[in-house]
Amino acid sequence: MSNIAQDDAIIRPPAIGTRIWNSTSRILHKLADEPLGMMGFIILAILVVVAIFAPLIAPYDPAAQTLSDALQPPSFAHLAGTDEFGRDIFSRLVHGTRITIQTVLSVSVIVGPIGLVIGVVAGFFGGRTDAILMRATDIVLSFPSLILALAFAAALGAGLGTAIVAISLTAWPPIARLARAEALVVRNADYVAAARLYGASPLRILFLYIAPMCIPSVIVRLTLNMAGIILTAASLGFLGLGAQPPLPEWGAMISSGRKFMLDYWWVAVMPGLAILLTSLAFNIAGDTLRDLLDPRHARS
Amino acid sequence: MKELSLGELGRRLLHLIVSLFILLCVTFVIGRVMPTDPVGAIVGELADPKAYEAMRVRLGLDLPLYQQFFVYVWGLLHGDMGTAILTGNAVTKDLSQAFPATLELATLAVLISTLVGVPLGLAAGLFRDSAIDKFARVFALVGHSIPVFWFGIVGLVIFYAGLNLVGGPGRVDVFYEGLIEPTTGLMLVDTLLEGETDIFWNALSHIILPACILAYMAMAYITRMTRAFTLEQLNQDYVIAARAKGVGPVRTVISHVLPNIAVQLITVLAISYGNLLEGAVVTEIVFSWPGIGQYMTNALMIGDMNAILAATIIVGFVFMLLNFVADIAYALLDPRTREAAR
Repeated sequence: MSNIAQDDAIIRPPAIGTRIWNSTSRILHKLADEPLGMMGFIILAILVVVAIFAPLIAPYDPAAQTLSDALQPPSFAHLAGTDEFGRDIFSRLVHGTRITIQTVLSVSVIVGPIGLVIGVVAGFFGGRTDAILMRATDIVLSFPSLILALAFAAALGAGLGTAIVAISLTAWPPIARLARAEALVVRNADYVAAARLYGASPLRILFLYIAPMCIPSVIVRLTLNMAGIILTAASLGFLGLGAQPPLPEWGAMISSGRKFMLDYWWVAVMPGLAILLTSLAFNIAGDTLRDLLDPRHARS
Repeated sequence: MKELSLGELGRRLLHLIVSLFILLCVTFVIGRVMPTDPVGAIVGELADPKAYEAMRVRLGLDLPLYQQFFVYVWGLLHGDMGTAILTGNAVTKDLSQAFPATLELATLAVLISTLVGVPLGLAAGLFRDSAIDKFARVFALVGHSIPVFWFGIVGLVIFYAGLNLVGGPGRVDVFYEGLIEPTTGLMLVDTLLEGETDIFWNALSHIILPACILAYMAMAYITRMTRAFTLEQLNQDYVIAARAKGVGPVRTVISHVLPNIAVQLITVLAISYGNLLEGAVVTEIVFSWPGIGQYMTNALMIGDMNAILAATIIVGFVFMLLNFVADIAYALLDPRTREAAR
């Protein structure tokens, strides 16, 4: 048996790490010619840094209430003004990046593997398995996702965790479709046929030979979806179904600022700018990534 | 290009019905796992156990789950979606009042987004890489990224509070409230039917801002798709021949490109319409618009299960129906499939 295991190693495709690294460096080279796309990635990188070092960057404690400073307009002391409890909005936005990035990453981590497994299984086995899985995918795809996420979030009780689950439940179908399409191509590759000749079991082929080949495109698709996830999460927060106060979630901040919008515009406007900037950056980055990786979409 | 045979139509219809059935199952399951206690919400927390039990039986919550599901679907088929705790009315009645308000908003929005998005997309495709193309690209990108509820707030601050150009939240000014008998439920149509032009203009000033905000959301998608379709057509031989013959750019678009992309556009518009209904939910909160979205959110706040599920089903149903129509329209209107069917 050890003999076969060794041969097995020879015909195995290059390790995921190597392939992801190779494609990343290739993309980085191409990216140098795309100033707008570069901007998108730079903004995202800054956001990640802000999220990691939030306590060091924020000038004030995001929860510290100074009622004497309530509803101050933007100034040098308070870059984005203060809210109705005298909390510094800029500091709250900085800490809110953490919640946003956390939501996006959690949804991606849940949705990526689910979509990948469903898609790859459907594409590899084909036939009835494929028909059933893809019909289920189509059905979830034809649901209005925000409404369904609303109903889920309401059923599971409001909170950041349930918002993440609710968004995930409606966000996997595009990933599954993509993974299926990839698997359909890869399953006929020579190295898969070789592995089959060596007597590798279907499950082994599925998870060691086919699924890894689909991972890079799944990651690109996840990036493209992130802007949508941010907007849905913010909508849930705005409706009071996402992260609960006093957590500085951007959507929830807009919702509480809405009460004062006519007299103290900055309370509601500032968090919206943060959402806009973030989803803009994700959209630009996603578009650029797709242009670079998919020659059919290239603008030339 | 697939031909729309009777079998194909049947298959899609079956797909629609299966989707609807699953939507019902999902909403039913959501209703059962919901942690809020529907009985407690009616009788109050301090009610005596006998009254509590009696209400539980009255609501049918003592039956086994599959029977409850049966009762639920049976009721739905007869237009009975239970009673809303919030208003005390039958949910069907509440929804029949709320739905036209949402429909009016979404319809106006889809009109606006078509009137702006399609010409912009055509121009962007025709004058590729020109200033207008770049503008369209940025315009669409921002439209994809902007949180619609926030955009509504910004719009209100600028155009209502700041410039006083449009009406504020609600469908009409407070002193016009309740003057119009809802015949169709569409405020703009009803006021004209009754000849109340003052109220018509007032209602228009109220709907125009939320409709534009909502339209922007759809415009991004419509512009992008129109541009892509146009580019595809411009590379076709017949267009190249026409242009070689000396046909100007405007005429190329109007008499050659537009008729050929019309079918694809209809599909895009139907999908946008569905998305707009969904987007209306969040927009309505900002503008205190008495539609499905606001009704649903108010119900969410107090855990009113009947109302939430009914609203989910209605929006889901319309959404799926529009997708279905988009599919059928594509197969039906494409001249190539029409020729084949003859």
